Amino acid sequence: MDFICNFPLFTIVLSLFSGVLCTMLKGRTAKYYTLLYEAALIAMLAAVLVYTSVNGDFTYVMGEFPAPWGNEIRAGVLEALMAMCFMIIMMCSILAGWKFLVIDIDETKINLYFVLINLMTAALMAMIWTNDIFTGYVFLEILTLTSCGILIVREIGRTTLAAVRYMCLNLLGSGLFLLGVVLLYDITGHLLMVPMHATIAEIFYSDAAMKPVTLALGVLTIGLSIKSGLFPFNFWMPDTYGWATPTSAAVLSALVSKAYIFLLFKIYYRVVGPQIFETLPIRKIIFILGIMSMIFGSISAMRKKSINRMVAFSSAAQIGYIYMGIGIGGTLGYAAAMFQILAHAFTKSLLFLTTPRLAEVSGDSLLFKNLQGSGLRRKDAGLYFLVGALSMVGIPIFAGFSAKLFFALAAADSDNLRILFLTMTALAISSVLNAMYFIRTLIRIYSSGRGGADISAPQQFAHMHNLESDVPDSRERVETMAGHLEYWIPMLILVAANLILGLNSSAVADLIQRGLMMFD
Amino acid sequence: MKNAFQRWLDGDIDLMANISDAAREHDHARADIKERDKKIAREIDSRRETVLMIAREREGLKMVYDVIAVICCVLVILVFMYIIAQLPLYGAENVRATTVAERYIEHGLEETGAINIVSGMILDYRAFDTLGESHVLFTALICVMILLRVDSKNQRKGFEDYYATMRETYFASEKDTILRTIGIFLVPCIFVYGIYVLLNGQNSPGGGFSGGAIMGAAMIIFTSAFGFDRVDRFFTLKLQTYVTFVALSFYSFAKGYVFFTGANGLENHIPKGTPGAILSGGLILPLDVAVGLVVACTMFGFYSLFRRGQIGGSLGRINS
Repeated sequence: MDFICNFPLFTIVLSLFSGVLCTMLKGRTAKYYTLLYEAALIAMLAAVLVYTSVNGDFTYVMGEFPAPWGNEIRAGVLEALMAMCFMIIMMCSILAGWKFLVIDIDETKINLYFVLINLMTAALMAMIWTNDIFTGYVFLEILTLTSCGILIVREIGRTTLAAVRYMCLNLLGSGLFLLGVVLLYDITGHLLMVPMHATIAEIFYSDAAMKPVTLALGVLTIGLSIKSGLFPFNFWMPDTYGWATPTSAAVLSALVSKAYIFLLFKIYYRVVGPQIFETLPIRKIIFILGIMSMIFGSISAMRKKSINRMVAFSSAAQIGYIYMGIGIGGTLGYAAAMFQILAHAFTKSLLFLTTPRLAEVSGDSLLFKNLQGSGLRRKDAGLYFLVGALSMVGIPIFAGFSAKLFFALAAADSDNLRILFLTMTALAISSVLNAMYFIRTLIRIYSSGRGGADISAPQQFAHMHNLESDVPDSRERVETMAGHLEYWIPMLILVAANLILGLNSSAVADLIQRGLMMFD
Repeated sequence: MKNAFQRWLDGDIDLMANISDAAREHDHARADIKERDKKIAREIDSRRETVLMIAREREGLKMVYDVIAVICCVLVILVFMYIIAQLPLYGAENVRATTVAERYIEHGLEETGAINIVSGMILDYRAFDTLGESHVLFTALICVMILLRVDSKNQRKGFEDYYATMRETYFASEKDTILRTIGIFLVPCIFVYGIYVLLNGQNSPGGGFSGGAIMGAAMIIFTSAFGFDRVDRFFTLKLQTYVTFVALSFYSFAKGYVFFTGANGLENHIPKGTPGAILSGGLILPLDVAVGLVVACTMFGFYSLFRRGQIGGSLGRINS
C-alpha cells in the first residue's frame, strides 16, 4: 500500500487534533495555525486526487479488523475532489472574513471559533471519506453542533434565536437519520456500505424487505433534507445565513449543507445502488421537491428587503437544483448534481463574503434601500458580487451556466419525456427568477447616489431611543495593504475557481464521472 | 391573519425585537427598565379589547395547528408500527442479520482481549466511531462555553449587584449543614466508585463514558456542598483545558497509530494482556481513562458554566 493511501486518515486525525489544540492557543495564533494546517490538508488532498485519478480508488481499513467487522474509509476521485474544493473554500472564507470575525466575536473567544472550525473540518472530511453509515451519523452530529456553534458565536440576540431554531430542526433531522440507520441495520445486519449494499440488492425484491427499506430511505431523506434546506424545510435559512458572521455564513451555506447532500447521495448510490434507487418513489418526490425549491426559493428571495436574506433564499433555490439533478437520475444527472454542488459552493461563499463589505460603506446596513451605489463606493467588493451574481443567474463562462447546461443535457439524455419537459421548464423559470432578483440587486448597487441612510443603523437606533451614541459612523476603517491582500487573494481564488468551473467544465465533469464510475 | 408561529417560521416576526442587539440597553438603570415595562403594560391594558380579539383569533388557528400536528404524529406512528411489525422478530433465527454480531460475541475476547464485549466493540472493532463520539462531547462543551462564558458581549452590566446578592443568599450552600455532612461521606465513595467503573471497563459493564459521568456527578455534589471557592483551588480553566487537551490528543494519536499500523499491515506492539486482569484489552484501558477524564471535565464544565458563566476562578482565559 502506498504511503499516499494514509492521507485520508491523516486529514481526519489531524483536524481533530488541531481542534483540540486550538483551545490552548491565542486567537491570532489559532488563526495562523489553522491556515497553515489547512494548507497542508489541501496539499494532501491534491495528492490523493492525483493518486486516485491515476491508480483508481482504494479502501482503507481503520484498525486491524477488515470490512464487515471494523470501520473503513474509502477514497476515490469524487471524494478527493469534493474534499479539496471544500478545504479551499474553508480557507478562503476564514481569510476573507477575518476582518469581521474580529469585530463580531469577543476577543477571548476567537480561539474557540477556530476549535469549532477545525472540528467541522474533521467532520466534513469524515463524512466525505466514510464507507460506513454509522460513522456518517457520528460525524453528522459533530457537524450539527459545530454549525450551531459558529452561528451563535456572534452573540447578538438574533443569532441566538436563529441558532436555537437551526438546532431544533437539525436535531430533528439527526434523529430521523438515526432512525433510518437503525432500520437499515436491523434489516441488513451491517453498517458498512458495501456489505449493506450487497444484502439490500439481494433481498430488496422480497416482500419482507421492500417496505422497511423504502421507509428507512424515506426517513433518511427527510432527515438530511431538513438539514440541507430542501423546499418545505427551508424556512430556517434566511435567519441562519443572514445574521451569522460572514465566514460562518459562507461556510454554512457552501459546505455544511453540501456535506449533508453528499452523504445522502452516497447512501443512494453506494448503499441502495442506482438500479434500485431509480425505481423508488423517493426519487420522483425529491425531483418534484427540488423543482419546487428552485421556484419558491427564488420567489421568497425576490420579496426580501435585505441583501443577505435574499442571498440566503437563493441558496434554497440552488439546493433545489442539486436535488433535481439527483432526481433526474442516470450518470449524467448525478454528475450534474455533483457539479452543481461545487459550482454553488464556490459562488455562494463568494457572495456571502462580499455583502458585508458592501454594507460596510452603506452605514452598516444590509437593506437594499441603503445599499444604493455601494458597488461604486467599494469597487472591489462590487466586482466580486458581480461575478457571483452572474454565475448564479447562469451567464456563460461562469460556473452556474455550466451547471445548468449539464442539467439540461442530463434531462435530454433520460428517456422520460415528462422529466425532460419538467426540467426544462423549471430551468427556464428559475433562471428568469434568478435574473430578476440578482440583476435588480446589481442595478441597485451600481446606480449612483447614496441610499436612504446617511447614518448607520446602530446610530439610528441610538437616535430613536435618545441614547448617546458611542457607535462609530461605520465599520469601515482605513485598510492597510496587507488587509486588502487578505481580502483580495482569497476572493480572487474563488473567482478563479468559478471561471475554471465555467470555462473548463468538461474536464471537471470528466473527473466527476470517473469518480462516479469508481463508486460502484 | 397568519398565526404568530407561522410568521416565526417564515422569519417575518422577530421575537427578539424587544431585546436589543447591543449590550447597551442593559446599561440602563433597572429602574428605567421597570418604568418602561410598566408603561408597556399600561398600554396593553388600555387596548384590552383588541388584545382579547387577537388572542381569540390565535386560539382558533392554534387549534387547527394542534389538530394537524396530532394527525401527522399519529400517522407517522402508525406507519412505523406497521413497518416494524414486518421486521424479523427479536431473537428469531435471522442468518443474514447476525453475521457481524456473532463474530463479535464468539471471537471478541481473543481478538480484543476484553471480557466486556461492548467495550471491545466500541473501542476496538469500531473505534473510529467512538473517536468521533468523544469529540462530540468536547464540541458540546465548546459550544456551551461560547454561549455562556462571560465576556464583554454577554455580561449584563448593571446587574452586578443582583448577581452578588444571588450568590450570597441563594447559592450560599456553605451554611447548609445537611448537605455538607452528607457530602463528606458521599463524595469520596462516589469518586472511588467512578474510578472503579472507569478502570474496569474492559472486564465488566462500565468504561469511560459511564465512569466519567459518575466522577463528574461527584464533582458537582462536592461543589454544591462546599462552594466554588474550594473547587477553584484545584480545578481551574487551565487544568480543565490541559486535561481535555492531553486526553483527546492521546486518544487521537493512539487510535491514529492503531489505524495506521492496521491498514498498512504492520505490527502495533500493543500487548493484549491476560483477559480479566486490570491491565488487559490492549488500548481499551488507557482510552477509557482518556474518555472518562473528558466526560468528567465536560460535565463539571457544564455545571460551572450554567451556574456562574465561567470555569475555574478567574474570569480570564487560559493564556491571558
